[in-house]
Amino acid sequence: MKYGDKVIDHFANPRNVGALDKSASDVGTGIVGAPECGDVLKLQIQVDTEGRIVDAKFKTFGCGSAIAASSLATEWVKGRTVDQAGEIKNTAIAQELSLPPIKVHCSVLAEDAIKAAIADWKSKNGKE
Amino acid sequence: MPVKLPIYMDNNATTPIDPRILEAMMPYLTGEFGNAASKHHVFGWRAEEAVENARQQVAELIHASPKEIVFTSGATESDNLAIKGVAEAYRERGNHIITCLTEHKAVLDTCKYLEKNGCEVAYLTPDSTGQVGPQQIEQAITDKTILITLMAANNETGTLHQIAEIGRLAKQRDIIFHSDATQAVGKIPIDVEAMGLDLMSLSAHKLYGPKGVGALYVRGRGPRVRIAIQMHGGGHERGMRSGTLNVPGIVGLGEACRLAQQEMDHESPRLSAMRDALQSAIMSRLDHVQINGHPIQRLPNTLNVSFEYVEGEALMMKIKDVAVSSGSACTSASLTPSHVLHAMGVPDELAHGSIRFSLGRFNTPQEADYAAEHIVQAVGELRELSPLYEMAKEGVDMKSIKWRGPVH
Ligand SMILES: Cc1ncc(COP(=O)(O)O)c(C=O)c1O
Repeated sequence: MKYGDKVIDHFANPRNVGALDKSASDVGTGIVGAPECGDVLKLQIQVDTEGRIVDAKFKTFGCGSAIAASSLATEWVKGRTVDQAGEIKNTAIAQELSLPPIKVHCSVLAEDAIKAAIADWKSKNGKE
Repeated sequence: MPVKLPIYMDNNATTPIDPRILEAMMPYLTGEFGNAASKHHVFGWRAEEAVENARQQVAELIHASPKEIVFTSGATESDNLAIKGVAEAYRERGNHIITCLTEHKAVLDTCKYLEKNGCEVAYLTPDSTGQVGPQQIEQAITDKTILITLMAANNETGTLHQIAEIGRLAKQRDIIFHSDATQAVGKIPIDVEAMGLDLMSLSAHKLYGPKGVGALYVRGRGPRVRIAIQMHGGGHERGMRSGTLNVPGIVGLGEACRLAQQEMDHESPRLSAMRDALQSAIMSRLDHVQINGHPIQRLPNTLNVSFEYVEGEALMMKIKDVAVSSGSACTSASLTPSHVLHAMGVPDELAHGSIRFSLGRFNTPQEADYAAEHIVQAVGELRELSPLYEMAKEGVDMKSIKWRGPVH
């Protein structure tokens, strides 16, 4: 499997690796995927009182494309409002990283992880 | 001495050509271009002589008679010819075939094809080391069983089957015994008589020879084994496999067998020493690591390891200067990892984190050290990135989590 330059870059220098306090009320945590399928993405967002994402962190178990997609997702959500972040589409992630068709599911997981993190933050803050 | 990068450690996939083999082939790629079936001029005679010499070399390595060697395009064809050939030729006697879930696709898919054509196939589940025992086979035998096909050595884990014992059983029960010995030939001693084999597949490109050439051993007496022709045509190879012979390829296969025989006695211990050094370097420096395959009854060159909490494809990307394989399958088409590890009961998440190192004639101990160093470092880095490792450290029971898998 040949990798695109952007996948290689994010894989070699992943952005925003780490963890936020998942019990904090301003933090939303999304965990998607399953170990037996070979991918688990954990994406966390920290949201200010205006509803803007001020920080994001990830940890990913998965192939290089899954790691790159998670890393890119954290970059893209930072600075956006949760509503804007919720509109990020997997197709945009796949396109940005030039993912081949067999790796598109990695971008789907990244989109799911963003949505799951937002949903967690919303439910913690009574915004459902 | 610094190691030269990239390092090739995927010799079970294919091997580099040994320069001595290329040298033996060269005349037949150039001046000696004759057709081995041309009976009326010196070009043909010389080609035929080269082919017969190679046939002798192959036969010697496996303790067969040259008349029992049929040249093919590789192990896939040999497996097809053996299994379909027996199923068809012995149809009046029965339709039942016994094999194992860890076989190569060349065997499994041939069996699946035969199931659609009136055969019944028992796919035996191996134990956790990858072995199927003689008792298990005995229990699977029915009065319709015509063929047992069981690989000598597994390509992913290196696990060896107890071929000689199974051969005795097959003989007692008057059942034909085929073995795909593609990975075993040249790495461990093979004796078709002592092992009770009736049919055996091998391939040149796993033996430092060229791709696209292999052989099928077909027992000639005690008793003679019949196979139905799969490739019809000019009646080459005693009618068993038509098609103008690939003379340079066959010469390469012959030379590959000769060299393997000549060098096996010191090459096998050299390989297993390197493999064992690699294994202990990994095991001593990392926790949550598991060896897949039989700890002892294993090819000397093969090491299959699962690294918990990391994914194999990412690992291969991290150690990009060391070419290895993984049992992971991170594609949309198939989320199921290695069928071999799965059959052995290795959990899928561990199969996703498996790496196969397969050493070869051209690897050095320095390369094994380099590989150990880099894999240990890569595992460490990826674990820092792994939410599963984080959870494990926090003491979260992974089994208790309801995972939100992707929607397929
Ligand atoms: C066990 C086994 N059988 C069959 C094959 C297929 O061999 P070939 O490439 O010569 O068709 C291989 C190699 O991939 C193998 O490892």
